[in-house]
Amino acid sequence: MADTGGMVENRGIQRWLTHMGLMIGVAFIFFPIWLAFVASTVEQQEIVRPPMPLLPGDQFVDNYARALTAGVNAPVMRMLFNSAIMALGIAFGKIAISLLSAFAIVYFRFPGRHLFFWLIFLTLMLPVEVRIVPTYEVVARFGMLNSYPGLILPLVASATATFLFRQFFLTVPDELAEAARVDGARPMRFFIDILLPMSRTNIAALFVILFIYGWNQYLWPLLITTDPSMNTVVMGIKQMFPSGDDTADWPVIMATALLAMLPPVVIVIAMQRLFIRGLVDSEK
Amino acid sequence: MATVVLESLRKSFGKTEVIHGVSIDVEDGEFIVIVGPSGCGKSTLLRMVAGLETVTSGSVAIGDRVVNDVEPMDRDISMVFQNYALYPHMSVFDNIAYGLKIAKLPRAEIAERVKNAAEILQLGPYLDRKPRELSGGQRQRVAMGRSIVRKPAVFLFDEPLSNLDAKLRVQMRLEIKSLQRRLGVTALYVTHDQVEAMTLADRMIVMNSGVTEQIGKPLDVYASPKTAFVAGFIGSPPTNFLESDPTQRVLPASCRLGIRPEHIRVVDPEQGVCVGTVVFSEPLGAETLVHLRLLDGQSLTLRQDGLLRVPGENELIGVAWNRSDEMIFSADGKRAFREEEDNKGSPDT
Repeated sequence: MADTGGMVENRGIQRWLTHMGLMIGVAFIFFPIWLAFVASTVEQQEIVRPPMPLLPGDQFVDNYARALTAGVNAPVMRMLFNSAIMALGIAFGKIAISLLSAFAIVYFRFPGRHLFFWLIFLTLMLPVEVRIVPTYEVVARFGMLNSYPGLILPLVASATATFLFRQFFLTVPDELAEAARVDGARPMRFFIDILLPMSRTNIAALFVILFIYGWNQYLWPLLITTDPSMNTVVMGIKQMFPSGDDTADWPVIMATALLAMLPPVVIVIAMQRLFIRGLVDSEK
Repeated sequence: MATVVLESLRKSFGKTEVIHGVSIDVEDGEFIVIVGPSGCGKSTLLRMVAGLETVTSGSVAIGDRVVNDVEPMDRDISMVFQNYALYPHMSVFDNIAYGLKIAKLPRAEIAERVKNAAEILQLGPYLDRKPRELSGGQRQRVAMGRSIVRKPAVFLFDEPLSNLDAKLRVQMRLEIKSLQRRLGVTALYVTHDQVEAMTLADRMIVMNSGVTEQIGKPLDVYASPKTAFVAGFIGSPPTNFLESDPTQRVLPASCRLGIRPEHIRVVDPEQGVCVGTVVFSEPLGAETLVHLRLLDGQSLTLRQDGLLRVPGENELIGVAWNRSDEMIFSADGKRAFREEEDNKGSPDT
């Protein structure tokens, strides 16, 4: 009995310790975000005069309204919209293309099937940054600078997603395709009626990952958008920093930073259930 | 409803030929069971009829139409798969209706047909469920439903019962048989289970390594197997094969003697055709299996009525059988019929 008592006591202490550790970790990570939030609710002078305030001020509505409608170079509203278009375009485009290419690779026997798979797979080793100069050249010649297609298309071809869907399709029993064939489904019908619904959770998980990937793109939009009205929000924050002796409008910049963080958080929370299911199990 | 005619059907995967020319005439409404050990090509044969495998040479005809190059959906067949292949995200209703939806039947007719199929298969209460919410037997029924709702000319079954437990298997076997009888649809049924083959088939096809060993009515095949393989495969426990005749009679050169376990009787050692010691006995209730070691070292299994005395281990017993029950197989496995004179002339013990 004494032993069990000790165990319970021990476990109590352990639980406290682990929770303490977790709370310290959270506080550590959360503190900069808190600071940003505080900075976005006070006046410019309060930030630049040390010590920096740690409690929110009364300028919340003012600062955020100013950021959304005016911003520094372009209204944040506009930049959020651009980011949304880009992130959604990349996410949907990638999912559509990789679903179709995985479908082709897994379900059709065509000459060069393995070659194509390996070519796709090889591009995994070439992140945007490595191929950025030639890609820029191509996009520029197509006249797609400062345009949504220019922002989206070069980032759409995706080896990762193709690979993921390929692996998932390989786990789908062959009999399912055969049963559909006997039932009279042509390949695309099988794809739409059977494979797509079965990949639902995988698609959701991938959507979350790709949306955040697209949203957080920095270098590419920085290169190809020169017109402030085409800026995305993540790079737009950087553009807000003053050059030379101008004073930075920190409250607005901080408000923008927080606004830029919101959509990914909303997406993750909204799709959390599907996301986790997609990563953990494949419903068969 | 249709006939199915396979003519010297061959199938190769790359350079390996797995089906070496199979010819079968299936009559309209006949229930044909293709039975054989795993890897004998029986599933490949069925899949060629279904159109899921291409035909290397020979022809498949359903009705009067050669369908070698016809897509499965246009062959007027339906198939039940071993793992049922139900669409996991669709309800039972949608699973059964899928083929009809593709065929663009009017909604009312689809509902009507699915309802009928569900009634026949007692699936009524489950139409809204997903396959994962069903038991194995119910999933099996859904697969059947998907098959019958299309009113095909030929049913194809690829080991449909092998994922079920023993009791359910017997029950579903009866249901499949009565269903096929009621609908009068030609059926091809692949199994490795000889009991299924014996009970379901109008005629059965015993296959071994890509060739048909024997085609015939189950009881005929059982009673007069044409090859040693068939004699050994059909029947449980299998036919005993004796390399040398324990009765000291001379067998034709390198021939084997086959005798079914149930044809052997236990007698007093003095009266037996031969004697052996009991290795062990397996009383199964209705019957008892006795495993013997003969004096010359060969093993022999016999089956006797469960009411008879169970011989103890190491007991010396005599066994006897009627000469007419003996089967002689030549070295290549073919049945060699001993001539009548020879039979009479040999010394009887």
